Amino acid sequence: MAVNPELVGRVFPPTAPYLVGREKVREFARAVFATDPQHTDPAAARALGYADVVAPPTFAMVVQDLTLQQLLAEPESGIVLERTIHAEQRFRYSRPIVAGDELVGRLSIVGVRAIGKGAMVTSEAEVTDAAGSHVVTATSVLLVGGDE
Amino acid sequence: MTAPAVGDVVAERTVHLTRESLVRYAGASGDFNPIHYRDDVAAQVGLPGVLAHGMLTMGLSVETIMPWLGDAGRILEYGVRFTRPVVVDADAGADVTVVATVGAVDAGAARIDLTVTHADTTVLGKAQVRVRLDA
Repeated sequence: MAVNPELVGRVFPPTAPYLVGREKVREFARAVFATDPQHTDPAAARALGYADVVAPPTFAMVVQDLTLQQLLAEPESGIVLERTIHAEQRFRYSRPIVAGDELVGRLSIVGVRAIGKGAMVTSEAEVTDAAGSHVVTATSVLLVGGDE
Repeated sequence: MTAPAVGDVVAERTVHLTRESLVRYAGASGDFNPIHYRDDVAAQVGLPGVLAHGMLTMGLSVETIMPWLGDAGRILEYGVRFTRPVVVDADAGADVTVVATVGAVDAGAARIDLTVTHADTTVLGKAQVRVRLDA
Protein backbone atom coordinates (compact mmCIF):
# COMPACT_ATOMS: atom_id res chain seq x y z
CA MET A 1 0.00 0.00 0.00
CA ALA A 2 1.33 3.43 -0.92
CA VAL A 3 1.23 6.42 1.40
CA ASN A 4 -2.28 7.84 1.45
CA PRO A 5 -2.18 11.33 -0.17
CA GLU A 6 -5.40 12.22 1.66
CA LEU A 7 -3.37 12.45 4.87
CA VAL A 8 -2.48 16.04 3.98
CA GLY A 9 -4.33 18.49 6.16
CA ARG A 10 -5.14 15.80 8.69
CA VAL A 11 -5.06 17.02 12.30
CA PHE A 12 -4.86 14.43 15.06
CA PRO A 13 -6.42 14.80 18.51
CA PRO A 14 -4.18 16.12 21.30
CA THR A 15 -2.02 13.55 23.08
CA ALA A 16 -2.58 12.74 26.75
CA PRO A 17 -0.70 15.25 28.97
CA TYR A 18 2.98 14.34 29.47
CA LEU A 19 4.39 15.41 32.85
CA VAL A 20 8.10 16.28 32.53
CA GLY A 21 9.97 14.84 35.53
CA ARG A 22 13.27 16.15 36.90
CA GLU A 23 14.91 12.73 36.82
CA LYS A 24 13.68 12.18 33.24
CA VAL A 25 15.35 15.44 32.20
CA ARG A 26 18.57 14.34 33.92
CA GLU A 27 18.38 10.92 32.26
CA PHE A 28 17.84 12.47 28.83
CA ALA A 29 20.62 15.02 29.42
CA ARG A 30 23.07 12.24 30.24
CA ALA A 31 22.00 10.32 27.14
CA VAL A 32 22.76 13.27 24.80
CA PHE A 33 26.04 14.14 26.56
CA ALA A 34 24.54 17.36 27.91
CA THR A 35 26.88 18.40 30.69
CA ASP A 36 25.75 21.98 31.26
CA PRO A 37 24.44 22.29 34.87
CA GLN A 38 21.13 23.93 33.81
CA HIS A 39 20.00 20.43 32.74
CA THR A 40 20.79 18.67 36.01
CA ASP A 41 21.12 21.19 38.87
CA PRO A 42 17.88 22.94 39.97
CA ALA A 43 19.90 25.78 41.54
CA ALA A 44 21.70 26.45 38.24
CA ALA A 45 18.35 26.44 36.41
CA ARG A 46 16.80 28.79 38.98
CA ALA A 47 19.73 31.17 38.56
CA LEU A 48 18.67 31.45 34.90
CA GLY A 49 15.07 32.15 35.92
CA TYR A 50 13.55 28.68 35.47
CA ALA A 51 11.44 26.84 38.03
CA ASP A 52 13.41 23.60 37.69
CA VAL A 53 15.97 21.82 35.49
CA VAL A 54 15.89 22.76 31.78
CA ALA A 55 15.51 19.97 29.23
CA PRO A 56 18.04 19.71 26.38
CA PRO A 57 16.60 21.18 23.14
CA THR A 58 15.86 17.85 21.48
CA PHE A 59 13.88 16.55 24.48
CA ALA A 60 10.82 17.83 22.59
CA MET A 61 11.12 14.66 20.49
CA VAL A 62 9.64 12.67 23.38
CA VAL A 63 6.31 14.46 22.95
CA GLN A 64 6.65 14.54 19.16
CA ASP A 65 7.09 10.78 19.25
CA LEU A 66 3.77 10.37 21.07
CA THR A 67 2.09 12.22 18.21
CA LEU A 68 3.89 10.19 15.52
CA GLN A 69 2.67 7.00 17.21
CA GLN A 70 -0.85 8.21 16.39
CA LEU A 71 0.12 8.51 12.73
CA LEU A 72 1.76 5.07 12.65
CA ALA A 73 -1.30 3.53 14.32
CA GLU A 74 -3.54 4.90 11.56
CA PRO A 75 -4.49 1.82 9.46
CA GLU A 76 -5.19 3.92 6.34
CA SER A 77 -1.91 5.88 6.37
CA GLY A 78 0.15 3.45 4.27
CA ILE A 79 3.16 4.27 6.46
CA VAL A 80 5.15 1.23 7.52
CA LEU A 81 7.80 1.81 10.20
CA GLU A 82 10.26 -0.74 8.77
CA ARG A 83 10.41 1.20 5.49
CA THR A 84 10.54 4.66 7.05
CA ILE A 85 13.63 6.86 7.30
CA HIS A 86 13.87 10.04 9.36
CA ALA A 87 15.16 12.54 6.79
CA GLU A 88 14.85 15.92 8.49
CA GLN A 89 14.01 17.36 11.87
CA ARG A 90 13.38 20.91 13.03
CA PHE A 91 12.30 22.55 16.29
CA ARG A 92 10.95 26.08 16.67
CA TYR A 93 10.88 27.20 20.30
CA SER A 94 8.89 29.76 22.26
CA ARG A 95 10.68 28.61 25.40
CA PRO A 96 12.64 25.59 26.62
CA ILE A 97 10.91 22.63 28.28
CA VAL A 98 11.35 22.65 32.07
CA ALA A 99 10.74 19.90 34.65
CA GLY A 100 7.20 20.23 35.96
CA ASP A 101 5.76 21.13 32.55
CA GLU A 102 2.65 19.25 31.51
CA LEU A 103 2.81 19.04 27.74
CA VAL A 104 0.33 18.15 25.05
CA GLY A 105 1.17 17.52 21.38
CA ARG A 106 -1.09 18.09 18.39
CA LEU A 107 0.00 16.55 15.10
CA SER A 108 -0.85 17.97 11.69
CA ILE A 109 0.21 16.43 8.40
CA VAL A 110 1.34 19.36 6.29
CA GLY A 111 2.72 17.62 3.23
CA VAL A 112 2.78 14.32 1.34
CA ARG A 113 4.90 14.27 -1.79
CA ALA A 114 5.26 11.17 -3.95
CA ILE A 115 8.85 10.16 -4.69
CA GLY A 116 9.14 7.13 -6.92
CA LYS A 117 7.15 4.35 -5.26
CA GLY A 118 7.41 6.04 -1.88
CA ALA A 119 6.60 9.39 -0.38
CA MET A 120 7.97 12.20 1.73
CA VAL A 121 5.67 12.97 4.64
CA THR A 122 6.06 16.28 6.51
CA SER A 123 4.34 16.62 9.86
CA GLU A 124 4.21 19.29 12.53
CA ALA A 125 3.68 18.57 16.21
CA GLU A 126 2.65 21.66 18.13
CA VAL A 127 3.56 21.28 21.80
CA THR A 128 1.73 23.41 24.36
CA ASP A 129 1.83 23.64 28.16
CA ALA A 130 -0.93 23.31 30.78
CA ALA A 131 -1.88 26.98 30.25
CA GLY A 132 -2.30 26.31 26.53
CA SER A 133 0.74 28.42 25.63
CA HIS A 134 3.02 27.41 22.79
CA VAL A 135 6.30 25.77 23.87
CA VAL A 136 7.77 24.26 20.71
CA THR A 137 6.77 23.12 17.25
CA ALA A 138 8.53 19.98 16.05
CA THR A 139 8.61 19.42 12.29
CA SER A 140 9.69 16.07 10.96
CA VAL A 141 10.19 14.81 7.43
CA LEU A 142 9.83 11.07 6.98
CA LEU A 143 10.84 9.23 3.82
CA VAL A 144 8.54 6.29 3.42
CA GLY A 145 9.60 3.58 1.00
CA GLY A 146 7.03 2.02 -1.34
CA ASP A 147 6.19 -1.67 -1.74
CA GLU A 148 8.99 -3.89 -3.03
CA MET B 1 28.71 35.19 26.12
CA THR B 2 31.03 37.22 23.88
CA ALA B 3 29.57 38.99 20.85
CA PRO B 4 30.14 36.60 17.95
CA ALA B 5 31.48 37.47 14.50
CA VAL B 6 30.82 35.50 11.33
CA GLY B 7 33.40 32.73 11.02
CA ASP B 8 34.11 32.46 14.76
CA VAL B 9 34.26 28.93 16.10
CA VAL B 10 32.26 29.23 19.33
CA ALA B 11 32.53 25.61 20.47
CA GLU B 12 33.78 22.19 19.43
CA ARG B 13 34.03 18.73 20.88
CA THR B 14 34.33 15.05 20.03
CA VAL B 15 31.91 12.59 21.60
CA HIS B 16 32.80 8.90 21.74
CA LEU B 17 29.73 6.74 21.19
CA THR B 18 29.59 3.11 22.26
CA ARG B 19 26.80 0.54 22.11
CA GLU B 20 26.09 1.48 25.73
CA SER B 21 25.47 5.08 24.57
CA LEU B 22 22.87 3.82 22.10
CA VAL B 23 21.07 1.68 24.68
CA ARG B 24 21.12 4.60 27.11
CA TYR B 25 19.61 6.90 24.46
CA ALA B 26 17.00 4.29 23.54
CA GLY B 27 15.86 4.17 27.16
CA ALA B 28 15.91 7.92 27.68
CA SER B 29 14.09 8.73 24.43
CA GLY B 30 11.77 5.75 24.08
CA ASP B 31 13.10 4.92 20.60
CA PHE B 32 13.66 1.16 20.78
CA ASN B 33 14.11 0.49 17.06
CA PRO B 34 16.39 -2.59 17.13
CA ILE B 35 18.62 -1.27 14.32
CA HIS B 36 20.21 0.79 17.10
CA TYR B 37 21.35 -2.19 19.21
CA ARG B 38 21.04 -5.47 17.25
CA ASP B 39 23.59 -6.42 14.59
CA ASP B 40 21.36 -9.17 13.18
CA VAL B 41 18.42 -6.82 12.62
CA ALA B 42 20.67 -4.12 11.13
CA ALA B 43 22.13 -6.67 8.68
CA GLN B 44 18.69 -8.04 7.83
CA VAL B 45 17.46 -4.62 6.66
CA GLY B 46 20.63 -4.00 4.65
CA LEU B 47 22.46 -1.56 6.93
CA PRO B 48 26.27 -1.48 7.18
CA GLY B 49 25.98 -2.04 10.95
CA VAL B 50 24.24 -0.87 14.10
CA LEU B 51 23.53 2.86 13.72
CA ALA B 52 23.36 5.69 16.22
CA HIS B 53 19.88 7.23 16.46
CA GLY B 54 19.77 10.31 14.22
CA MET B 55 18.12 12.14 17.09
CA LEU B 56 21.04 11.22 19.37
CA THR B 57 23.48 12.78 16.91
CA MET B 58 21.20 15.82 16.61
CA GLY B 59 20.88 16.07 20.39
CA LEU B 60 24.56 15.79 21.27
CA SER B 61 25.49 18.20 18.47
CA VAL B 62 23.45 21.14 19.76
CA GLU B 63 24.61 20.52 23.34
CA THR B 64 28.12 21.38 22.18
CA ILE B 65 27.20 25.08 22.16
CA MET B 66 25.31 25.11 25.48
CA PRO B 67 28.25 26.09 27.76
CA TRP B 68 28.97 29.01 25.38
CA LEU B 69 25.31 29.95 25.04
CA GLY B 70 24.62 29.70 28.77
CA ASP B 71 20.85 29.30 28.50
CA ALA B 72 18.78 26.89 26.40
CA GLY B 73 16.14 29.64 26.29
CA ARG B 74 18.31 31.50 23.78
CA ILE B 75 17.65 28.83 21.16
CA LEU B 76 14.94 29.98 18.78
CA GLU B 77 15.18 27.26 16.17
CA TYR B 78 17.24 24.15 15.45
CA GLY B 79 17.07 21.99 12.35
CA VAL B 80 19.09 19.26 10.65
CA ARG B 81 18.99 16.86 7.72
CA PHE B 82 20.09 13.30 8.42
CA THR B 83 22.40 12.75 5.48
CA ARG B 84 24.77 9.90 6.48
CA PRO B 85 24.49 7.20 9.15
CA VAL B 86 26.88 6.86 12.11
CA VAL B 87 27.84 3.19 12.35
CA VAL B 88 28.77 2.27 15.93
CA ASP B 89 31.13 -0.72 16.05
CA ALA B 90 30.58 -3.11 18.97
CA ASP B 91 34.25 -2.91 20.00
CA ALA B 92 35.61 0.35 18.64
CA GLY B 93 32.50 2.52 19.02
CA ALA B 94 32.38 5.71 16.94
CA ASP B 95 33.67 9.24 17.34
CA VAL B 96 31.38 12.12 16.41
CA THR B 97 33.05 15.52 16.06
CA VAL B 98 31.08 18.75 16.26
CA VAL B 99 32.41 22.19 15.26
CA ALA B 100 30.10 25.16 15.85
CA THR B 101 30.78 28.22 13.68
CA VAL B 102 28.95 31.53 13.47
CA GLY B 103 27.27 31.54 10.06
CA ALA B 104 25.40 34.84 10.21
CA VAL B 105 24.65 37.66 12.65
CA ASP B 106 21.69 40.02 12.46
CA ALA B 107 19.59 42.13 14.81
CA GLY B 108 19.93 40.43 18.18
CA ALA B 109 20.30 36.94 16.75
CA ALA B 110 22.86 34.67 15.14
CA ARG B 111 22.90 31.53 13.05
CA ILE B 112 25.31 28.90 14.34
CA ASP B 113 26.31 26.29 11.79
CA LEU B 114 27.19 22.87 13.17
CA THR B 115 29.62 20.74 11.20
CA VAL B 116 29.12 17.19 12.42
CA THR B 117 31.46 14.49 11.17
CA HIS B 118 32.16 10.82 11.75
CA ALA B 119 35.09 9.01 10.10
CA ASP B 120 35.84 12.14 8.02
CA THR B 121 32.30 12.18 6.63
CA THR B 122 29.68 14.85 7.32
CA VAL B 123 26.67 13.11 8.86
CA LEU B 124 24.24 16.02 9.34
CA GLY B 125 23.29 18.43 6.57
CA LYS B 126 22.24 22.04 7.09
CA ALA B 127 22.60 21.68 10.86
CA GLN B 128 21.74 25.21 11.95
CA VAL B 129 20.82 26.72 15.29
CA ARG B 130 19.24 30.15 15.46
CA VAL B 131 20.07 31.81 18.77
CA ARG B 132 19.03 35.02 20.49
CA LEU B 133 21.97 37.19 21.52
CA ASP B 134 20.35 40.02 23.48
CA ALA B 135 19.75 39.73 27.23
